[in-house]
Amino acid sequence: MLSYLLRRLIATIPVMLLVAVFVFMLLRLTPGDPAAIIAGDYANDAQIAEIRTKLGLDKPLPVQFMVWLGNMFQGDFGESFFYKKQVGELIAARLEPTLSLSLLTIILTVCIAVPLGTLAAYRQGSWLDRGIMGFSVLGFSLPVFVIGYMLIYLFSIKLGWLPVQGYQRISDGVGGWLLRLILPSIALSVIFVAFIARMTRTSVLEVLGEDYIRTARAKGQTETRVLMRHAVRNAAVPIVTVIGLSFAILIGGVVVTESVFNLPGLGLLTVEAVLARDFPTIQAVILLFSFIYVLINLLIDVSYTVLDPRIRY
Amino acid sequence: MEQQNVLEVRNLSVSLPKNADRPNAVENISFTVAPGEIVCVVGESGSGKSVTASAVMGLLPAALKPSTGETLLQGEDTLQANANRLRDLRGTRMAMIFQEPMTALNPVTRVGEQISEVLEIHTDLSAADRRKRAIEIMEAVHLPDPEKMVDSFPHQLSGGQRQRIMIAMALVLDPALLIADEPTTALDVTTQAQILKLIKEMQERRGTGVLFITHDFGVVAEIADRIVVMQNGRVVEYGDRDDVLRRPKEPYTQMLMASVPSMTPPDRMPRTGKNAIEVSNLNKIYGRTGWLSKDRIVHAASNVDLHVRRGETLGIVGESGSGKSTVARCIARLIDPTSGTISLHGTDIGTLPQAKLRPHRRKVQIVFQDPYRSLNPRRTIGQSLVEAPVNFGVPIDQALKTARDLMELVGLSGDALERYPHQFSGGQRQRICIARALAVEPDVLIADEAVSALDVSVQAQVLELLDDIRERYDLAMLFITHDLRVAAQICDRLIVMKKGVVVEQGPTKEVYSNPQHDYTRLLLDAAPGRDVTFGSDTAA
Repeated sequence: MLSYLLRRLIATIPVMLLVAVFVFMLLRLTPGDPAAIIAGDYANDAQIAEIRTKLGLDKPLPVQFMVWLGNMFQGDFGESFFYKKQVGELIAARLEPTLSLSLLTIILTVCIAVPLGTLAAYRQGSWLDRGIMGFSVLGFSLPVFVIGYMLIYLFSIKLGWLPVQGYQRISDGVGGWLLRLILPSIALSVIFVAFIARMTRTSVLEVLGEDYIRTARAKGQTETRVLMRHAVRNAAVPIVTVIGLSFAILIGGVVVTESVFNLPGLGLLTVEAVLARDFPTIQAVILLFSFIYVLINLLIDVSYTVLDPRIRY
Repeated sequence: MEQQNVLEVRNLSVSLPKNADRPNAVENISFTVAPGEIVCVVGESGSGKSVTASAVMGLLPAALKPSTGETLLQGEDTLQANANRLRDLRGTRMAMIFQEPMTALNPVTRVGEQISEVLEIHTDLSAADRRKRAIEIMEAVHLPDPEKMVDSFPHQLSGGQRQRIMIAMALVLDPALLIADEPTTALDVTTQAQILKLIKEMQERRGTGVLFITHDFGVVAEIADRIVVMQNGRVVEYGDRDDVLRRPKEPYTQMLMASVPSMTPPDRMPRTGKNAIEVSNLNKIYGRTGWLSKDRIVHAASNVDLHVRRGETLGIVGESGSGKSTVARCIARLIDPTSGTISLHGTDIGTLPQAKLRPHRRKVQIVFQDPYRSLNPRRTIGQSLVEAPVNFGVPIDQALKTARDLMELVGLSGDALERYPHQFSGGQRQRICIARALAVEPDVLIADEAVSALDVSVQAQVLELLDDIRERYDLAMLFITHDLRVAAQICDRLIVMKKGVVVEQGPTKEVYSNPQHDYTRLLLDAAPGRDVTFGSDTAA
């Protein structure tokens, strides 16, 4: 197990290196002189030259790459052209809203989707099953901003129960933090609930046909326990896989939700950085997302060995 | 004084859904099981034997509804019991074991927990006491080192051990009735013999009434006190073991008994044709030596030498894991041998790269065990039959004509080419698979457990067909089987394999009458029902 973890961790190095090369080339392959782009339209030659020296753009590419990589290892992601701040600080400040939103969304999703899917499988063909599956089609078809604005209209504007937009740091009070995240999480979770409920239904349905379910019933086990103990546990591997992937997609895909609810998270930062051609920030964000993806995939694989004792690496 | 029967089935009928091929899964059946008695329900697939068992347990699928009759468990009708009462009865007074011990056990739960789950449902014992009881019952079913095994997962145990766990689970609360649904069908013959012995021992020691469901007359002969023969949902014959086995009254029972291949091989002329295939020093090693991981290496086949002459049937017998299928698949080059030569008409195909192998592929054809899964369900029989010849350049019209002839050769109508696999029965599908293999005019036909999934009466017909085809086309046939009765009847020569090694070989008759190796003797002794005569040549 430990050796497996070690092997997997080592295997992430080439992946991350490849991403790093890509990200590095992103800036260098942009048409024109990056220093000129950075300096803007009104800069004179001296200013451009100064920027070039400052960024080390006058050195050969491999050297530039190694310097850049070395800086990052020391936590120096460069300075944002747009915000004129260290990128590391910038991202750290934006990480909390995004992580909060993603985590809350995924927890909400799992708590709703897994029981719904299991129930639909257990009552396959009933009105309940059809209802849940119908909802799931609806969930797939509604764009997140439509749901978001509908929720804001209903709960914030009409009923006035919840704040319309904005974010409060968790350190400033859990209540306010949660209150402001409820609507965005619901809006964002709808599509994932639809997706994971469907996946759960399929997976549980398959397991319910297995012999050991019959064995459990032959023991005199109650239906609830048959479902909880024998069915869901065995159906878990594919479900956990999609939960993990959903989480990865979530973190990268919160852009729209953050815009609708005006949450100062990574999604908004990415949009702003792209619009401002803020290369250091873009680079750091891409690297961070890649790293999170790799990490989540690793976690999914490790979770298999916990869920299913037959899986050993 | 007459003891109360543990089970009385009276006039039980279970109706099938409207679109089924008959109105009832079982119709008006009656029989009893007394304490300490083993009653075997025997029949072919679709006879309704498993439905009967599920009806008693209240485990029928929702589509099947008992329409009339009673199933009295110690006088209480389980058909009338509500869901709660049924749950109380299951595990305490009636328990069930199933065919496939791997799938019948929950793969992600420790076996000890699965046994103690029964205690958790039906008793107030503490967790520590439950564990103690689990270990005790594991000891009682002769599992080695139960203290340690109690924390194992099912996949860490052998098939026989898993079935012992199932039995332990069923017997932990000493039920009056044990229902065993084909409990040894998925096991090797030596393991089967041990499990049968265990069931008998438990039944004698605990006075359990056993309802034993099987398709295998050998097993029936081994274990039954009384026998219920079923066909198409009806009881056709019911009586004491010796009456039914030695003096079967009904033609159906007689036919079933006659279809069971005899353990005595018939006299066969030695074949003198040219060698169609010669295998020498064949090795297949699975596993890898990895960086940072433990070496896991299995010698699936070690230094196997064999040859098959034209017109000859060579049998490879052995238990699961013996390497018999590995050898077959290496010869067909479905898997690549690690080393060794496979000489087909003087060409070594053992190490030929895929591209050069293609022209030789048609020479070796294979028929697999499960006819339900070896035909593509979305293609018509015609499409499946012409695919290979067309790949080898035969014009489609000609291939279709050949396919039509082949269908008739294997005893099916040529018009059936337009139909899909699901429209045929298991035996018919296996005939189609044979036709598919013959479509490219092979020299070597490999039958890999080709009759193992078939009912005995169908099995007899398919065996006859295979023998007929071998004769007609002068084929070299490699017949892989775990079934010593089948091997006795169809093979000219035999190879006995164990753990990848050939332990004995010789003419079939000699191997059966005078086995040289201990393992061969063990296999022959373990074959169930040795003391009862089966087979068409001896049954009166």
